[in-house]
Amino acid sequence: MKNCQLAIIGGGPAGLAAAVSAYQNGVRDILLLERDKSLGGILNQCIHNGFGLHYFKEELTGPEYAARFVAMLKETAVRVVSDTMVLDITDDRVIHAVNTDGYHTIRADSIILAMGCRERTRGAISIPGTRCAGILTAGAAQRFVNMEGYMVGKRIVILGSGDIGLIMSRRLSLEGAEVLACVEVMPHSSGLQRNIVQCLDDFGIPLYLSHTVTDIIGRDRVERVVIQKVDENRLPIPGTEIAFDCDTLLLSVGLIPENELSRQAGIRLDPRTNGPEVFENMETTIPGVFACGNVLHVHDLVDFVTREAQNAGKSAADYLLRDPMPATEAYRIEASDDISYTVPQKLHPAIPQKAVSVFFRVRRTFEKSHILVTDGETVLCAFSRERMAPGEMEQIYLPTALLRRAKGNTLYISCEEVSK
Amino acid sequence: MKELTCIVCPRGCRLRIDETRDFLVMGNGCERGIDYAKAEITSPVRTLTSTVKIVGACHPRLPVKTNRPIPKKLLREAMTILNRITVHAPIRIGDVIVKNIAGSGADLTATRDM
Ligand SMILES: Cc1cc2nc3c(=O)[nH]c(=O)nc-3n(C[C@H](O)[C@H](O)[C@H](O)COP(=O)(O)OP(=O)(O)OC[C@H]3O[C@@H](n4cnc5c(N)ncnc54)[C@H](O)[C@@H]3O)c2cc1C
Ligand code: SF4
Repeated sequence: MKNCQLAIIGGGPAGLAAAVSAYQNGVRDILLLERDKSLGGILNQCIHNGFGLHYFKEELTGPEYAARFVAMLKETAVRVVSDTMVLDITDDRVIHAVNTDGYHTIRADSIILAMGCRERTRGAISIPGTRCAGILTAGAAQRFVNMEGYMVGKRIVILGSGDIGLIMSRRLSLEGAEVLACVEVMPHSSGLQRNIVQCLDDFGIPLYLSHTVTDIIGRDRVERVVIQKVDENRLPIPGTEIAFDCDTLLLSVGLIPENELSRQAGIRLDPRTNGPEVFENMETTIPGVFACGNVLHVHDLVDFVTREAQNAGKSAADYLLRDPMPATEAYRIEASDDISYTVPQKLHPAIPQKAVSVFFRVRRTFEKSHILVTDGETVLCAFSRERMAPGEMEQIYLPTALLRRAKGNTLYISCEEVSK
Repeated sequence: MKELTCIVCPRGCRLRIDETRDFLVMGNGCERGIDYAKAEITSPVRTLTSTVKIVGACHPRLPVKTNRPIPKKLLREAMTILNRITVHAPIRIGDVIVKNIAGSGADLTATRDM
């Protein structure tokens, strides 16, 4: 068995920023484990631009954003081991990994989980119809087209109008495919408005809202896809069928944090995020094990991933080189019904920083509104927003000085619209 | 009066533009929305991102982009040009792959070291 001070699992933007930050905060013995050939994670296949507007104040493509952090990593003495798959982590922080050199066990004093997320598949949303070829997730298609150089089809229907579905509609149209429809079960798209304009409208691709795929027909390969309008309970309405003759169906129906390893290690997961429950320093329920990026909760902007990962990297350095935080929880953060989750879920006592960041998502659209943080009786602080939507993650900074005024150990976060 | 969504940044402001009042723009969250709305109405532009064939690298496709937005109507022509290109590794980020693509004035550059 080998030893190391800090092991980071996953070399996407989260793992890269965590590694650089831990190094800058004094940790010298760092191992970064990545299963792919190269670093950068999902960014390598996201060749479109729109990355880094917050962090670098310029618009970069995915590979360019990754390259900036790979360059920063080269300045450090972090050891990168790619083409290496982590199979298991134990609760006493022993990592089991495999690569072409064989099977390895590594004991780490601290671990940062940065495995990202994976896509929901047909099975996860149970679409009826035959099991023919030509059905794949939008992210798999993105990798085929943008990295491996394979075109996935000629006549394509896309289910799901989140950003990945929209980006792939444009990408495949540019490559000469006919994208017949983008189908969305909800009455609104969860993607950014700018992507609806530049990915669908620019190419004349129709968006069918409140519709879903109800049948897939084909012997060996997809031949036809049937969609139907749905009612307010998302049940198909008979008589509204539209059939598309196509050879490919792409699914862009959501992402799930990749937490098999966390589960095996016995880390407590939050059923709302499907990711580990964490403190404000990104520490999980196992002391010395931290998590950041899409493995923790699904992010839409890589810039937020980077900041969260820097926090995890610094916290791991504090844990290893300075005083570890006690494993006690001083406050729990409770979200109101309009908020689907918060990250972090809990706070340590005596936090040294001036403020702690809290990410959350609203369940419905809010026009001009206030975000309120209370202790159940008094409002501790309030933040105003022009508009909030489920597709966009919100972030607030809670001043730690205010926490001392809180009675009890629960903080409640809620949103209310201000009437004009 | 025309309505459009600004695509310059993820905020996606809803812009209103009045052609009768010297292209007066309203609803913009920042200055960049004004330029966008005027350009979108007179001659819309987009940044093109795509890939070209590469040999001798770890993957067979090299990601590329136009180093500035090009007229929307030139997107198809630019795609036909880059579909015919094969480059050889090594390529550095920022290397010019095609100068002045489709006469747009923009260069097609690499977005990854390969
Ligand atoms: C299709 C798509 C389009 C997007 N578009 C935008 C955009 O326009 N703008 C924007 O800001 N953001 C965008 N995002 C979001 C952003 O790219 C992600 O939030 C970000 O990449 C997440 O980073 P990560 O490091 O957490 O995960 P990832 O990038 O997924 O990296 C995780 C890494 O961990 C590795 N790994 C996983 N399990 C193991 C294991 N067991 N052993 C070893 N290694 C492992 C993986 O191989 C991978 O390299 C997009 C995301 C997707 C999927
Ligand atoms: S007007 Fe400014 S803030 Fe609004 S979407 Fe355009 S660039 Fe963004």
